[in-house]
Parts: sequence; C-alpha cells; structure tokens
Amino acid sequence: MGADALRAGGPFSFAPERSMAKQTPLYAAHLAAGAKMVDFAGWDMPIHYGSQLDEHKQVRRDAGMFDVSHMLAIDVSGAGAQAYLQHVLANDVAKLTEPGKALYSCLLNHDGGVIDDLIVYAFAHDDYRLVVNAGTADSDLAWLRRQASRLHGGNVTLTARRDLAIIAVQGPNAQAKVWAALPGSEAAAAPLQYFQAARFGDLMICATGYTGEAGYELIVPAGRAVEIWQALAAQGVAPIGLGARDTLRLEAGMNLYGQDMDDGVSPLESGLAWTVDFAGERDFIGRAALEAKPAMRALVGLLLEDRGVLRAHMPVFTEHGEGETTSGSFAPSLNASIAFARVPIGVATGDTVEVEIRGKRLKARVTQTAFVRRGKILVTPLISHP
Amino acid sequence: MSIPSNLRYAESHEWARKEPDNTLTIGITDHAQNALGDIVFIELPAVERIVKVGEEVAVIESVKAASDIYAPVAGEIIAVNTAIVDAPDTLNADPYNAWLFKIKPTNLDDIDALLDATGYAKAIDA
Repeated sequence: MGADALRAGGPFSFAPERSMAKQTPLYAAHLAAGAKMVDFAGWDMPIHYGSQLDEHKQVRRDAGMFDVSHMLAIDVSGAGAQAYLQHVLANDVAKLTEPGKALYSCLLNHDGGVIDDLIVYAFAHDDYRLVVNAGTADSDLAWLRRQASRLHGGNVTLTARRDLAIIAVQGPNAQAKVWAALPGSEAAAAPLQYFQAARFGDLMICATGYTGEAGYELIVPAGRAVEIWQALAAQGVAPIGLGARDTLRLEAGMNLYGQDMDDGVSPLESGLAWTVDFAGERDFIGRAALEAKPAMRALVGLLLEDRGVLRAHMPVFTEHGEGETTSGSFAPSLNASIAFARVPIGVATGDTVEVEIRGKRLKARVTQTAFVRRGKILVTPLISHP
Repeated sequence: MSIPSNLRYAESHEWARKEPDNTLTIGITDHAQNALGDIVFIELPAVERIVKVGEEVAVIESVKAASDIYAPVAGEIIAVNTAIVDAPDTLNADPYNAWLFKIKPTNLDDIDALLDATGYAKAIDA
C-alpha cells in the first residue's frame, strides 16, 4: 500500500504529534472503550471504537453517542444581542420567537463566502448561544468579536464556553434512552420539536443532530461529561466515532464545513439557499455580495451506479459542463457509494453524469442530497455492493 | 497484531506466501487492514498482466480512504481472488487467508529482498 495509505484521507489523519492535540473531558473514556484516536482540527478524537460500519448501523437502528466537545459554544448576551446576530448571521434570528427555539445559519464574510455554519439557540432577545465548528472556532470568535466592537460596542458580550462539553445522542431509541439516563429529563425533553432546546438543571437538551435520526445534543458542564456518558452507556447507548458521524451526515444530506462549503464559496452554490434570509431590508454581512452574484452552480447528490467509492475532489462531467465532488463515501445504509457534487446550474435530479475515479469514468445518477432520513432510504440504488 | 512467521512482507504492508509451485500469493497484513478500517471495495488486476516491482496493481477502498496495493516482486499476475470482490469484509476478518492475487515471479530470488516477520514487525513499530 502507499506510504500515505495508513495515514488516511479526508478530514481525518492519525495524529503524528499526539501530545500537541487538545483533549475533551471524555478522552480517557474513549481510550477505555478501545477508541482509535486521530487528530481532528487539533483535537485528539475517536474515529471509531472498532468498526465504523457497525457504529453507523447502530445509530440507524438503535442509539449511539458522539463526543462533540471539540465544538465550541459561544454565548451572546446583552441588549444589542438580537440586532448584532441579525447583522452577522445570514439567517434571521428574529424567527426565534419562543425561548429555546434554534436556527441553522451561515456566518458569511463580506464577499458572501461561508466563514462557518452554526446553530443559534435563543433563550431571550438578549440571551443566545451559538455552537460552531472546532476547526473554525478560534477564527469565528475573532471575527465575531471584531464585528461586535465595530458596530455594537458595549451592547453585546461574547463568552466562549470552553467549560462545557457536548454529547450528541442519536438514533430511533436515543430520546427514550436519554430520558432513562437522566432521571426527570423526560418532562423537559419530550415536548421538544426538532430545532428546539430546553434547560434541564445545569444541562441544555437540544433536539438537534447531524445524523438524520431523532435524538438530542446535550450541552453539559465539562465536569459532568463523564458521569453523563457513563449513564448513557448504562442504557445501552454505544459510543460512535467521527468516522460514522461523517457517513451518517453524508447520507442525511448535511454539509460538512471545509468540504461542502468554505469561505471562498457562496452558500447559494452550497445547497444552503434555504438558510439565507433575504426577506425585508435586513443588512447582514455578505448580503450585497450574494445579491450581486447569481449562483452559477448547485450542490447535488450523486449515487454511483458502477462499483467503486466516490471521494471528495473527483471531476464530474455533465451535459452542462464540469463539476466536482465535495464529499463522498461508501454509504452503509445503501450499500452503495454516494457523494455531494458542485455542478453547473441546469443539471437536474435523475440525470446521469460521469465521475472520474483513478482515470476511469464511472456513471452516477444525480439525486437530492438527502439519501436517508429517520432510518428511511429516500434514494434507491440500482446496483449495490455485496 | 498478527505477523505469521511463514510469510514474507513488503514495507508497503503486503504479505507474500511462497507456494510449492514457486508462485507467490499476495495479500495485505493484519496491521494494514486494521489501519484501513472497514473495507468495502476491491479492484483486482487483470490476469496475465506483467508487473514491475512496486507497480500499483490493485486498489482497496475502506469506508475511510482508497489505498493502492503494489506488486512486491516483478512478474506475471496468474490468478486473482474474485471471491473477495463480493465479500471485501473478509479482508478485515481474515487478512492472511483473504488473498488478493497470485504472481509468478520473473526472478524467484526477488522474494529474498522482502522482509521476514521480524523485519516487518520492526518496520511497523518504527
């Protein structure tokens, strides 16, 4: 095998300098569970605990838990918090009319490129919480602070909450198992709709996730992370690594920052038009650039109809010109390979395109980006792997 | 990590077994399958293909990444294990039985250039 073969591709790599990487409060729990640890955005994180495929299937049919404490919660408070977020976020927090409601949004630069994608939770008009990606956390914070002092001086306070840990519990049985692991939580959590959160003691229970399954993301004090992880394990919730997190989100049609969008690409060319709110005259960063530059490309799903595995950055040949895959993998729920690809406008669902893999052109069908939701397969492969 | 003493090894993580008919059977090591993770796709070379030492002859894709497999010696591909194409996970489960291809070496002495079990154990420990 190639010298780099054992070092992996995509966003994961074996940490050459383990001692440099940051650790979450659950680091020892991962090692105890037999995790293979890798460097992810400067954090020493579990990629799997034995089999990425088994972990993927565990989440689709039962319940699994992910340590996502490398992601950063940032609290935004003060009298100017709402106006500030309406200015820095492409989606409009004015939609968050009830305490606990959440919104997915891009953080754009002045050119309309995506600095990060995030979830914003509202507790009150002067009290919000953002959860941002690990790899962009420091630069996000610097950007957010700069915008706060530039236009909203004194009215907004930003607090990076490195004292918190985040555990995502996902799968058809995830909610019931969380209620059992956290006695008394059912009353607070059961009524939550998708993209809604509630406080439960010193925890925050969020009905959000990155797998397409039901479940919660639990934002907890770092000091309680191990105790809660163990309580979930006692309910039969299996630990799931970042490897399965990636295949689960890909099947669910969810973008990964740095692969499917970045600061050089418009959200309108990244399948994220639904998250950019142009209603009214709201002056948000990036608006002018987006309005001046119509989308020429679209993010679509691809289902490989030959044998092989799609990966990121493969050339895609269509009747309307060339495109490129942004993420790709073997999809365990479909037993076939899928990808997201950025292709010229005009390419339509159902079209057949060609993807170049190691010099060979293989056939792929254009699909929606969501392949699996709530355990249901939405796109059926014609051929499948064994 | 299992490293059988009756096999020879390439630093690029292939194993080679010398058969009574002086052909070599080639697979990937336990260390390699473990590092790759769940294997989901295998592309094998054409039979009768003449290969140079170190030439890319097969591809293994795990859920995580694609990896090239190199010919550990020069020679002719004389057989491929088509059964594993339909069951790629056997490469994870039983790496020293799930062979990939057989090669008839141009020069039988070339096998002496490969590592023995001790040498390979050192190589992956480095």
